[in-house]
Amino acid sequence: MSATRDLQAAEPASRWTPSIGRLAWRRFSLELRTFRRVHEEVVFTFALPILLLVLFASIFGGEIDDTGVDVSQYFVAGMIVSAGLTVGFQSLSAQLALERHDGSLKRLALTPMPAAAYMLGKVGMVAAIVAIQTVVMFTVGVAAFGVRLPSPSGLLLLTVVATLNLVIWTLLGLAFSRLIRTPRAGAAVTLPPALVLQFISGVYLVLDEIPAGLRTIASIFPLRWAALGARQALLPDSFASAEPGGSWQTPTMLAVLMAWACVSALLAAISFRWQAEA
Amino acid sequence: MNVATMRTVAKRYGDHVVLDGLDLGIERSEVFALLGPNGSGKTTTVEILEGYRRADAGSVKVLGHDPAMRAEALRARIGVVLQHTTAFEHVTVGELVELFAALYPAPLSAGDVIRSVGLESKVDEVAATLSGGQRRRLDVACGIVGRPDLLFLDEPTTGLDPVARRELWMLIAGLREQGTTIVLTTHYLEEAEALADRIGVLLGGRLAAVGTPGELVRHGRACARVSFMPPAGVPEFDAWDRHGRSVWVDTDRPTELVASLAATHGELAGLVVRRPSLEDVYLEMVARWGQADEVSA
Repeated sequence: MSATRDLQAAEPASRWTPSIGRLAWRRFSLELRTFRRVHEEVVFTFALPILLLVLFASIFGGEIDDTGVDVSQYFVAGMIVSAGLTVGFQSLSAQLALERHDGSLKRLALTPMPAAAYMLGKVGMVAAIVAIQTVVMFTVGVAAFGVRLPSPSGLLLLTVVATLNLVIWTLLGLAFSRLIRTPRAGAAVTLPPALVLQFISGVYLVLDEIPAGLRTIASIFPLRWAALGARQALLPDSFASAEPGGSWQTPTMLAVLMAWACVSALLAAISFRWQAEA
Repeated sequence: MNVATMRTVAKRYGDHVVLDGLDLGIERSEVFALLGPNGSGKTTTVEILEGYRRADAGSVKVLGHDPAMRAEALRARIGVVLQHTTAFEHVTVGELVELFAALYPAPLSAGDVIRSVGLESKVDEVAATLSGGQRRRLDVACGIVGRPDLLFLDEPTTGLDPVARRELWMLIAGLREQGTTIVLTTHYLEEAEALADRIGVLLGGRLAAVGTPGELVRHGRACARVSFMPPAGVPEFDAWDRHGRSVWVDTDRPTELVASLAATHGELAGLVVRRPSLEDVYLEMVARWGQADEVSA
């Protein structure tokens, strides 16, 4: 080794702490580069939402109950929040189960890597993938299905809602991965809750058509509120009358999402473990 | 001065007792090899020292810290090569070593470390494309790039071919020259003999013996082992220890034994007289412990 070793110089200050921001950025860029190398994952991640958009727009094409709103516009709003759920919750918890299984999590646990930097790197990766998905979805939607782009204020609201949504699902994914014992169980364990939640939260179906009981259950979880916020950002104000309660409920929507962001951060902090269970 | 100390450390998984009052001291700038059969607790011992596992009882100090507290300042000073090669399959050699370098306060240059493990031609290759020996050297690069004061190598050469193993030995010997304290677990006695300043034999959750390779061999009772192929039809040798077609016996008076055998049987086929190796001593130690364990059970 060309670098000579000096024991005295090698002793770091006992108060040394690693920089969370710098390491989170490194993890984030490495996660993205790694993701890009797995071509099947890239193709399917971006193709699935487009496929669903084409499918739904073709099957249910047209206006929703004389509201002047096209199904594809409604569906794009739903898909943006769905992306946070599938990438942040489903894919991430499966990925984490794999990292736990193949030893990479253990290896990182034995370095001074702060858990927060690791988690922020994951959140960043999910955010980047969701952002690209959203852009791709708008591009296809506008070009093929007459989807309208949001107004500037709508775009701001959409950004806030989509960000809160994906942060919540990523942190819940980090927490939920503790329940996945083997990497093979990953998809099987996360699919049922994710699928049920998407159907009862008004992502694919207009919320008004969902029985009140199920809607109440959906209202406990953040997806229903994030979808509502995304619709407020993307649909004309007149559509509010078609929502349960006849309004966008903006303050409630934001309050529920922020509360969930805190709860999910707490759950992730409590249940995420670097080290061995015993 | 001890870099790491364990006192009466106990650890069990459910009903299975792994460590049972283990005492261990690692001295500065030594290579300490931990030997023991599979399941004897080598990895558990290392994992407790690394802070990955918590001891059930006893005290553990590593570089002045209790590793179970998982202080970043301690993790910044230890390097680790795990028993199983870690995946990071889609990450390149360069990216991985640079990531690990970024985690430590005073790292070596990633480029220098990659050269020192001989992977400079693989710098832009992802880990999945490397051979077993190259993967292991990548693990070592990640373990040393943070310039650790204490390096843990958990069975670093298991599964490597003889050439890759020798290369890794040279790398480890080089680190020792530079003053890194190394804790090495291994099944291979020749590895412990080649690399270690001191060897500890872990049996029944405690150190059954500890010392330099020379001390451990001298610790064995007999000074020589005599073996040969017994002449056919001589019942005298039926009760001797056997190894394949030869019989052997350990003795403190090898010359006398050989002379008396020669007087009775004439020329003996395959006669070998040698000092017991570390392997002989170790195998005997494990066998004796196994018998004692059966008696006490």
